Amino acid sequence: MSEPAKTIRTTYREAMRQAIRDAILRDPRVFLMGEDVGRYGGCYAVSKGLLEEFGPERIRDTPLSESAFVGAGIGAAMGGMRPIVEIMTVNFSLLALDQIVNNAATILHMSGGQFNIPLVIRMTTGAGRQLAAQHSHSLEGWYAHIPGIKVLAPATLEDARGMLWTALEDPDPVLIFEHGTLYNMEGEIAADAGPVEIDRCAVRRSGTDLSLITYGGTLFKTLEAAAELSKSGINAEVLDLRTLRPLDTESILASVARTHRAIIVDEGWRSGSISAEVSARIMEGAFYNLDAPVQRVCSAEVPMPYAKHLEEAALPQVPTIVAAAQRMVGERG
Amino acid sequence: MSSQPKMVRPTIEREHAMHLLREMIRIRRFEEKCAELYSAAKIRGFLHLYIGEEAVAVGAMQALEADDAIVATYREHGHALVRGISAESIMAEMYGKQQGCSRGRGGSMHLFHAGMRFYGGNAIVGGGLPLAVGLALADKMQGRARVTACFFGEGAVAEGEFHECMNLAALWKLPVLFCCENNLYAMGTALGRSESETDLCLKASSYEVTAWPVDGMDVVACENAARRAALAVRSGDGPCFLEFRTYRFRAHSMFDPQLYRDKAEVEQWKKRDPISNFEDTLRTAELLDDQSLKTIEEAVEVEVAKSVEFAEASTWEPVEDLCKFVYSEEKQQ
Repeated sequence: MSEPAKTIRTTYREAMRQAIRDAILRDPRVFLMGEDVGRYGGCYAVSKGLLEEFGPERIRDTPLSESAFVGAGIGAAMGGMRPIVEIMTVNFSLLALDQIVNNAATILHMSGGQFNIPLVIRMTTGAGRQLAAQHSHSLEGWYAHIPGIKVLAPATLEDARGMLWTALEDPDPVLIFEHGTLYNMEGEIAADAGPVEIDRCAVRRSGTDLSLITYGGTLFKTLEAAAELSKSGINAEVLDLRTLRPLDTESILASVARTHRAIIVDEGWRSGSISAEVSARIMEGAFYNLDAPVQRVCSAEVPMPYAKHLEEAALPQVPTIVAAAQRMVGERG
Repeated sequence: MSSQPKMVRPTIEREHAMHLLREMIRIRRFEEKCAELYSAAKIRGFLHLYIGEEAVAVGAMQALEADDAIVATYREHGHALVRGISAESIMAEMYGKQQGCSRGRGGSMHLFHAGMRFYGGNAIVGGGLPLAVGLALADKMQGRARVTACFFGEGAVAEGEFHECMNLAALWKLPVLFCCENNLYAMGTALGRSESETDLCLKASSYEVTAWPVDGMDVVACENAARRAALAVRSGDGPCFLEFRTYRFRAHSMFDPQLYRDKAEVEQWKKRDPISNFEDTLRTAELLDDQSLKTIEEAVEVEVAKSVEFAEASTWEPVEDLCKFVYSEEKQQ
């Protein structure tokens, strides 16, 4: 058989940067625009060095005008380009909500299928860095409410490296949510890692006793919780949703059919959330497979506080996931 | 100086004059029929009539080439007709039929046509401006000498998107022709009641956008201004802003009792009716007689009647197709 694949050591940030480089090199229609993506090198340094490599036409610094540059991305996409628009954080994306929800998500439909919008919007999401209530929220589930857009949440290095190209090949608008705590994550990745599919969940750890369903920044907390649980003989499966819209319901139900128990771990608030949606789909599609009611571990329903101890208390943590799982499995007869 | 009356232009060719007149009459009669059909409940939803403002769309559209783009508002029947979208497909759209120019998915406020590069009626005030900026960006990045004409009302200047887009279009020297149709009322709010500075050209020029006002009741003035502006825009001088000073003779929509303006004011503006005034001018210049006007009116009557017949005979999209055009059916290139 073939030689073992070569691997390289990289970070989530670097994987994302290579994905952008790769896209710009592959396709002359691709360009990156957003606040401070050029001279500053990106708020989270994802685009560092790209201005020097590709110049100001393809690495475009924009004014602080989220609505204008997101809308310009939509227009440019309709005009034959393949823009990657970077918004610094999900909280700032609310200033462009009109363009995302009223235009990007609707124009294909309103035009009776005449104008598709091949646009990718990337933004940082999530808490854990003491950035308080205007830089820390997880609103990706909110975007997943909207028909007409696709919502991705790459958690692994492979997905950070591979989702962007697939998103750019998609004919419709795709939003990519990058959890802020993941950028420094380091690990091994295949040297030739490339595009990945964006239609399916991934089982990140196989198990038989319960399904821990999560995505994005909480994936690694959940994997840590699963490792902890294994010490007490609980064999948890960890399912990474990867794509929040459209949801891969089939894989979710298949996991629940194997384990008969499910806990959804989500950094978003629980009310009206993606965790609520996943829970509802399990009820609709796998109710008779369940040995226990679906549970959720979500963020406390407060705007994210600044103080470290309060922020930690507001977020899903390994011990809370472990405790919820032990309660659920302990209830088995 | 010459003592010639202002409007008599010996240089205007009779054929072109007839064309301008015919186009304005087409809009007027088409919309009168729409109002009638609205009362007969054949057309539903919101219906915003352009009657009184015809000179703007007709004049401005003369400056555009086949591969230029148009972004319009929810008051866009006139623009669509003059651009060349058939009266039949517009009327069918108003009826909600699948032969409509947006397959019945858009209605009166969302007329689209890919072949005509007509990027829709946008029903969020100001929402079309970022799209126009993006379309122009795509042209500029791809080295095409095209113009994107963006129509919007004076109400849009109160929106943040207006200011963001003036700045971005000027900053990047993008080929956008901003066509502000100042009909003095944003729905029912008079300009002076909503703006601290009512000089719209001053606002645009403060962003280094070349701007000047135009008599929006004079089709020749509209055409001349648009030609001059489009020439500058096309040659790479950056965006232009034209303030077309016009007036809406009818209510904002079919639900508007017009409590916010005096009947006397409306009557005063009707004396400046762009159609009858242009007719008078042409008669004075001996370019129009009763017979030629009759010929135009009769041809338009036939066109409008045919559009209604077409819409009546058109079919409803099968309900099974409801969820089409949310996402593209085919992968793109």
